[in-house]
Amino acid sequence: MSDKPEKFIDENGLRLDGRKLDQIRDIKIEVGVLARADGSCYLEFGKNMVIAAVYGPREVHPRHQQDSTRAIVRYKYNMASFSVEDRKRPGPDRRSTEVSKVSREALEDQVFTEYFPKSAIDIFVEVLQADAGTRTAALNAASVALADAGIPMRGLVSACAFGKVDDTLVLDLSKDEDNYGQADVPIAMTQDGKITLLQMDGHLTPEELKTGLVMAQEGCRQVYEVQRQALMDHYAKMQDANEDETEAPSVEEVITAEENEASEDVNTGTEEVEEVDEEVAGETVEEVPEIKENVPEEEDEETDKEIVEEPDTEEEDSHE
Amino acid sequence: MNKQVVSIIQKDQLIRLMLKGERLDGRKPEETRNISIETDVIDKAEGSARVEIGDTKIIAGVKIQPGTPFPDSPDVGVIITSMELIPLASPEFESGPPREKAIELARVTDRGVRESGAIDLKKLCITEGEQVWMVFIDIHVLDDGGNLMDAASLGAIAALMTAKIPGERYGIGEDMPLPMRDIPVSVTAVDIGGGIVFDPSMEEERVADCKLTVISNQEGAIAGMQKSGNGSLTVDQINHIVDISCKKGQEIREKFLEI
Repeated sequence: MSDKPEKFIDENGLRLDGRKLDQIRDIKIEVGVLARADGSCYLEFGKNMVIAAVYGPREVHPRHQQDSTRAIVRYKYNMASFSVEDRKRPGPDRRSTEVSKVSREALEDQVFTEYFPKSAIDIFVEVLQADAGTRTAALNAASVALADAGIPMRGLVSACAFGKVDDTLVLDLSKDEDNYGQADVPIAMTQDGKITLLQMDGHLTPEELKTGLVMAQEGCRQVYEVQRQALMDHYAKMQDANEDETEAPSVEEVITAEENEASEDVNTGTEEVEEVDEEVAGETVEEVPEIKENVPEEEDEETDKEIVEEPDTEEEDSHE
Repeated sequence: MNKQVVSIIQKDQLIRLMLKGERLDGRKPEETRNISIETDVIDKAEGSARVEIGDTKIIAGVKIQPGTPFPDSPDVGVIITSMELIPLASPEFESGPPREKAIELARVTDRGVRESGAIDLKKLCITEGEQVWMVFIDIHVLDDGGNLMDAASLGAIAALMTAKIPGERYGIGEDMPLPMRDIPVSVTAVDIGGGIVFDPSMEEERVADCKLTVISNQEGAIAGMQKSGNGSLTVDQINHIVDISCKKGQEIREKFLEI
């Protein structure tokens, strides 16, 4: 483990890893990475690597946990033993139990649990590599995985921490800033700017908290853009794949027609399933603009379509 | 867990009252219940305190004994906080190892003590890398009348302030008080239908959408926070709770804890 750096911020106002004070680490999101899960997401947040899976709505085991009025949401945050410098003893501990509890509480209200009485929605997040901010990374992945599972939600949840080093507020703490800094405040936010996760340890004045919350909200908005883009890219790709299949018969090429015949015979079942999947997923993504009313930089559906065509520009914007 | 069913009528009643700025037990939104703290209640413990906030009763005990430090921090003492929600205290509690509610309460209490620097942990080092004093804080809930968080945190700090390091018993120097530097105080508020009330009773806690605990220190800065429960809070609500919690914390500290 490295020692405490002498200075966290250099004379140019840049942090040890070259980031600006209000700059988040790069985020990479891949949607639908697991075949067995109903929804899944792989996410990198700086050097954090997490993978999230969502199962459900499904039957509740043990049965006594079931609720006749709504679905129960369960969240399991787990760290791989090799994810940290000193091997972590495998299995749940007090920390992961607490992280799981607050993370579940951060997501649960965004899910329309009342649509699925007597069922369970299970979220599993595995931290493959940890580098400060695993609970926020895990939450970001879980939120995308829920959407990928086609579970109706009020909106996505985006998470990001802020903290204090050298008496200065910074966004999205790095490992050193987390270890030796003065405060760490992980936050999760809904699309309309409400806080669903808030924890803090360290030392902050109420004024610093006020400023920090605004800073973290901006960070969460940036995370949200990446999450949304990842989901849209994924479904645009799936749609393309589907369209290729359906358009194929109209193309007068013998080989394609043959291929198509063959695939129709074998795959009719699968095709149906895929279509249903997309309908549900479409619902979730469509809900996004509706609920975003309170967010200032609202985009209407037309811009949404533009973004699908040029995904790169949007993503680059969101990193800055 | 044996969940208590919340009566819809009761929830409506609390929200209706809330809209008028009133509460079921007649308190104002920001008013806390009566607090009583009695220290040194257990002779065998190095420090102890019995705390009552309204109907809520907890007992906190501190045991201190020498042990080996963690390898990554060889020159500082160790604090370990645990909490037990024993079935004696509420029909909702079951016996067995601590569940997430107890773990959360214990960990937030622990963070409050640790992050505020309440104990000068360097002074708990006996021989670097070999022997340090280990401080065990154990909190037993005797009666859950709501707001266990604040009761636990008050109990922990009151017990620590009266605790003596048993140097003579282990042949390591003389008995001496714990090196205390700060007095963190936790104040919790809940959101009921958009209105904020402080020091929630059991009924209020049950119907609340969400809860925020703010632990503040002597200089009026924040040493810890925890949001708990399914709901969400706006930034304005958070700032409001923080301001009042810091003020209330100061009042409680002056009245009960400063010597």
